[in-house]
Amino acid sequence: MRRMSAFNVVSLTLGFAFLYIPMVILVVYSFNASKLVTVWAGFSTKWYGELIRNEAFLDAAWVTVKVGVLSSTFATVLGTMAAYVMVRRGSFRGRTLFSGMIYAPLVMPEVITGLSLLLLFIAIGLDRGVLTIVLAHTTFSMCYVSVVVSSRLVSFDRSLEEAALDLGCTPFQGFRLVTLPIIAPAVLAGWLLAFTLSLDDLVIASFTAGPSATTLPIKIFSSVRLGVSPEINALSTIIIGLVVSGVIVASLVSKHRIAARSAEERAAID
Amino acid sequence: MPEADVVEPWNDPGATPLIRIEGVSKRFGEFTAIDDISIDIYGQEFFALLGPSGCGKTTLMRMLAGFETPSDGRITLDGQDMAGVAPNKRHVNMMFQSYALFPHLSVWENIAFGLKRDGRDKGKIAARVDEMLKLTQLEKFARRKPHQISGGQRQRVALARALAKAPKLLLLDEPLGALDKKLRQDTQFELMDIQERTGTTFVIVTHDQEEAMTVASRVAVMDHGQLVQVDTPERIYEQPNSVYVADFIGDVNLIEGRAVVSDNTVELAWAEGRPAIAGQSVGTLANGDAATFAIRPEKIAISRDEPTERNRVQGKILDIGYLGNLSTYHVQLPEGPVITCEVGNRSRVSRRDFTWEDEVWLSWSDTAGLVLGS
Ligand SMILES: Nc1ncnc2c1ncn2[C@@H]1O[C@H](COP(=O)(O)OP(=O)(O)O)[C@@H](O)[C@H]1O
Ligand SMILES: [Mg+2]
Repeated sequence: MRRMSAFNVVSLTLGFAFLYIPMVILVVYSFNASKLVTVWAGFSTKWYGELIRNEAFLDAAWVTVKVGVLSSTFATVLGTMAAYVMVRRGSFRGRTLFSGMIYAPLVMPEVITGLSLLLLFIAIGLDRGVLTIVLAHTTFSMCYVSVVVSSRLVSFDRSLEEAALDLGCTPFQGFRLVTLPIIAPAVLAGWLLAFTLSLDDLVIASFTAGPSATTLPIKIFSSVRLGVSPEINALSTIIIGLVVSGVIVASLVSKHRIAARSAEERAAID
Repeated sequence: MPEADVVEPWNDPGATPLIRIEGVSKRFGEFTAIDDISIDIYGQEFFALLGPSGCGKTTLMRMLAGFETPSDGRITLDGQDMAGVAPNKRHVNMMFQSYALFPHLSVWENIAFGLKRDGRDKGKIAARVDEMLKLTQLEKFARRKPHQISGGQRQRVALARALAKAPKLLLLDEPLGALDKKLRQDTQFELMDIQERTGTTFVIVTHDQEEAMTVASRVAVMDHGQLVQVDTPERIYEQPNSVYVADFIGDVNLIEGRAVVSDNTVELAWAEGRPAIAGQSVGTLANGDAATFAIRPEKIAISRDEPTERNRVQGKILDIGYLGNLSTYHVQLPEGPVITCEVGNRSRVSRRDFTWEDEVWLSWSDTAGLVLGS
C-alpha cells in the first residue's frame, strides 16, 4: 500500500476529530466520579448503577423500544404495500399525484407533521400515549420504507412474478412465495431505517406523547434542560455502545454472506 | 403434397387444432404489435415463431400464456375460449427468455414449485420432480441454488420446471438464446427428444432461422406483427411465398426484373438483350409485373464450358470462400448482379477447378428457382 501524503493524513484526522471528539468526551465523562460534569474526579461506574435504579429512565427506554418495534413494523407493512402498488401497477389514474403524496412527508418539516397529528388526535379525542406515538411514527416512517422498497422493486425481474403466476400462483401467493422472499433484505433494511428514525425522533414524539408515556429522547432532552447530569452521559454511552455493536454485527454478517456467495459461485463453474 | 407416412394434421381437414388463434391483434397505444394473425396449432406439434427482433413474437406468446390480452380476435385452447382466463388457470406453461428461476429456491424446489400449487400429496410431488430431474439430467444438482449452476444447467432447470405440471402447451421464448453455439446445437436435439418423449405441444420463439428449421414441425415467419408464411421447414425453404421469407431463411440470390407470362410458364426478363430466365411462379403474376427471381446457391452449377441448360449466365469469379465442406463462388455478371453458388467438396484433395478472375458459366434447371412477386 502506498503511503498517504501529509495532506491526506491531516484531512482524515481533522474529519474524524470533528465527528468523534464530542462523543469521546461524553463517553469519558460518563465514568467521572464527580457530579459536576466538567470536573474530572477520578474513574467510577457509579452513574451506571444510578441509571439502572432510575425508574423514570427505564420506563422511557421501554416505551421507546415498544414504539420503535410497533411503528416500524406497521410502517414496513404499509410502506411495502404502497411501494408494490406504485412500482407494479404501471399506470393508473392519479398515479403521479398518489406517488407525490406518499413522498411528501419526506420533505415536510417535522414540526408541521407533529402539529397536524396533534390536532388530529385532539379532534378525534384520542388520549395521548403509546398508541398516538406509534401512529405518528408509522405515519412519517412509512414513506422512508416505501422509498427503500420501491428502489429494490424497480430492479426486480418482473418475469419472476410472471413465472409464479404461470406455475399456478394467485397474485397474492406469487407475492408471498416469490417477491417477498427476494426483496426481504430491502424490507428488513426499511424496517431498520424506520426503527432508527423512531428511536431518533424528538420533535414528533413531543407533540404526540402524553403524560402517561414519554420516550427516551424526550426524557433526555427535558432532563438536560435542568442541567447535564452524569447519569445522562452514562445512558448515552450505553446507547452509543448498542449502536456501534449493531453496526459491527451488520457489517460482519454482510461480509460473511458476500464471501459465502462468491465461494458458491466459484463452485458452480466446475 | 401430402405424404401418407408422415403425420401432418394441418393437411387433414378433419383434425381439430389444439390452439386456434383467430384474427388476433394487439395494440399498445398507437402501436400495433400484432396485426390480425390467425394460426391453428395442432396437438404434439413443435411449432416455431420466427422473425427478427421486435416483430411481435414474444407478444404473441404472452397472449397465449395470458400475460397480455388481445385487443381483437380470439384464442381458444382445446376448444375453450381463453378470454378472461388468468395465467394461473391455464394449462399452459412458459419457459421464460431469462429463465426466471427463483433465486431463493434450490433446483429441486424450483421444479416442485408448480406442483405444490396444485396441492398434490408430497410423495407424488417428489416422484414427479425426480422424474423431471432425470429427464433433464440434473439429478446431481437438485440441492443447488440457481446461482450455483452453469448457464446450460439453468436452461434445463427452466425447462424441467415448465414441463413438471405436464401442460397441454409449453411455450419457449428464445430458450437457447443465452447458450453458446455448440451447446445450442446439442440442446436443440435434446429439446426435440424431450418433446417427442413427453408428447407435449411446444411453441418456440426464435429469431434464429437455423434453430427454427432444425427443431420445428412447422414454422410461422413473422414480420412487423404480421404473419408472412406458415409451413413446414422444407416448404419454407423450397417454396417461400415472398422475397421476405426467401431472404430471411438461408442464403438466396435475388435478381430483379419483370415477369414474362405465357400460357403455363413464367419467366423473368432481367437484363436488356439477355434471354429471360425461367422458374416456378408463386402467386399470380401478370405480364410486365415487377418480380424477383430467387435461387439458392446450392442449386446453381458452375462450369468453364458453356452448358446446354436454358438458364445460363456468364460472369467472372470475384471471390472464393472455402468453408471446409463446401466452397462458395461469388460471380460478377457483366449486367450487374453478383451471384453466389455453392459447390460441395467431395474429395479431400480437390484440384482447384477455378480461380479468381476466371470466366465461368452458371446454370440451373427450370424448377430450381422461383419467380416471386415484388
Ligand atoms: N408492454 C408493451 N408496451 C408497449 N410496447 C410493447 C410492449 N411489449 C412489447 N412492445 C412492443 O411490441 C413490439 C414487439 O415486441 P416483442 O413481442 O417483444 O418482439 P420480439 O419478441 O419479436 O422481439 C416491440 O416493438 C416492442 O417495443
Ligand atoms: Mg422476444
